[in-house]
Amino acid sequence: MAAHSRSAGLRAPGPRQILTLKIVLFAVSLLPFLWNLRALLQDALGANPIEAITHASGDWTLRFLLITLAITPLRKLTGWHWLVRLRRMLGLFAFFYVSLHFITYLWLDQFFDWNGIAHDIVKRPFITAGFAAFVLMIPLAATSFNAAIRALGGRRWQALHRSIYAIGILGVIHYWWLVKRDITEPLIYAAILALLLGLRMWWREQERRRQLQRVAVAN
Amino acid sequence: MLIRRPADIPPSEITSDTLYRGRRAFVRDMGLAGLAFAGLSLPGLAEAARLPSVVKSPLSTTETPTPLKSVTSYNNYYEFGTDKGDPVDRAGALKLRPWTVRVEGLCAKPRSFAIEDLLKLAPIEERIYRMRCVEGWSMVIPWDGFPLSALLKQVEPLGSAKYVEFTTVADEKTMPGLGRRILDWPYTEGLRLDEAMHPLTILAVGLYGEELLGQNGAPIRLVVPWKYGFKGAKSLVRIRLVDKQPATAWNNAAPEEYGFYSNVNPTVDHPRWSQATERRLGEFSKRKTLMFNGYAEQVASLYNGMDLRKFF
Repeated sequence: MAAHSRSAGLRAPGPRQILTLKIVLFAVSLLPFLWNLRALLQDALGANPIEAITHASGDWTLRFLLITLAITPLRKLTGWHWLVRLRRMLGLFAFFYVSLHFITYLWLDQFFDWNGIAHDIVKRPFITAGFAAFVLMIPLAATSFNAAIRALGGRRWQALHRSIYAIGILGVIHYWWLVKRDITEPLIYAAILALLLGLRMWWREQERRRQLQRVAVAN
Repeated sequence: MLIRRPADIPPSEITSDTLYRGRRAFVRDMGLAGLAFAGLSLPGLAEAARLPSVVKSPLSTTETPTPLKSVTSYNNYYEFGTDKGDPVDRAGALKLRPWTVRVEGLCAKPRSFAIEDLLKLAPIEERIYRMRCVEGWSMVIPWDGFPLSALLKQVEPLGSAKYVEFTTVADEKTMPGLGRRILDWPYTEGLRLDEAMHPLTILAVGLYGEELLGQNGAPIRLVVPWKYGFKGAKSLVRIRLVDKQPATAWNNAAPEEYGFYSNVNPTVDHPRWSQATERRLGEFSKRKTLMFNGYAEQVASLYNGMDLRKFF
């Protein structure tokens, strides 16, 4: 494959190196959580710590979603196919941070007022989008282990996990709709997401044309 | 009807004045001691000058004020940036002297007031007010200032004056936020004349007994405690009496979200979020938002017969 030759100089990491990489990645991915926890305990999150936690957990959810979505394009561009072996952990960290975000909302914003929450989900479009994204992430996290992939079959598993595209879009919309006036940050997330999804669409289109050409040549 | 709701705070929640003052002094002294110990200086404590004499006001709430550090470090002042931490970092650059406020428009004696004259215009009162932000958080702030009516009387409004327009400073050199048209600069606000003349409406020149810092709208700002915080235009440079409802910055930016009146009203939601509750900074649980921010007894009559859903 073309991609392979590009990475010819770089030997793919072996199982031990992948394990080391995973451990390092795990520790690094946990840093935002640990940093915020420390700041919370030291009362260093400013005048409104609950808002700070809500924003941080939401930001890190979006960041991990985008990093997860960046794996496939990175693989294609660099030929480093082993990157895919880090993807599950990144996706699960997105779920970890969204869970913190959702618990913060349930507990510290709504204080488990189920009526208020139901009302919010129906009536506030930004909550609707955020909640939908969270709900869609649950089956992905629940089917993230090898046995689930085997049970579902690779094709069906992959089809299910393509919902991450919708999750990413809903997540960015959630952020976009909640800011008061300055949309700079949601715009940055939207641009990166558009790039990551756009690359996929472009590659898919290239692939479709190649196949058409092949059919044409064969005929 | 909700606007007839009487008292705001149950007596059980009221801290006695002596106790609360004692606590404040303790907190301040401990804070200063701590700073001295650490050899640090805190923006806000180090630079602000104490106001010479401040008299108490019966219009103050007896609720516990939000700590000075929160009041001076968690601010919306978009001219300095849209992050709440931007104003404390950047507003120190704003040049506060010389400063004049032009008071003009439909009045018999339009004139400019130097800030030194404004500080002596009327006795400086301590007004401890609740402040409810449209975003859903609130503070209790011990403002120091004087009724806006005292200033307006100086220029003798004409009978044709129906509204007051407030214009705030827009200094390109010190305000990086002006480079982006997030709102129409300069920031403008407006009140109906009777709202402006109401005894609760003040021009604040300080808080916690010290002159205002840039992030809180130094050297002089509007405070209208029964309205959402953004109505309190900061760092005023012009006050104009007019006959038509003036354009206001947030109303221009999103008219369906921010009305001219913007009275605190738990029954009228922001189109994108609820206004029924608020987070008082420093508290864990949320509070129920009070009609007119708890000032209904004093101000509800200003809006008799008005549909507050329409005039939000």
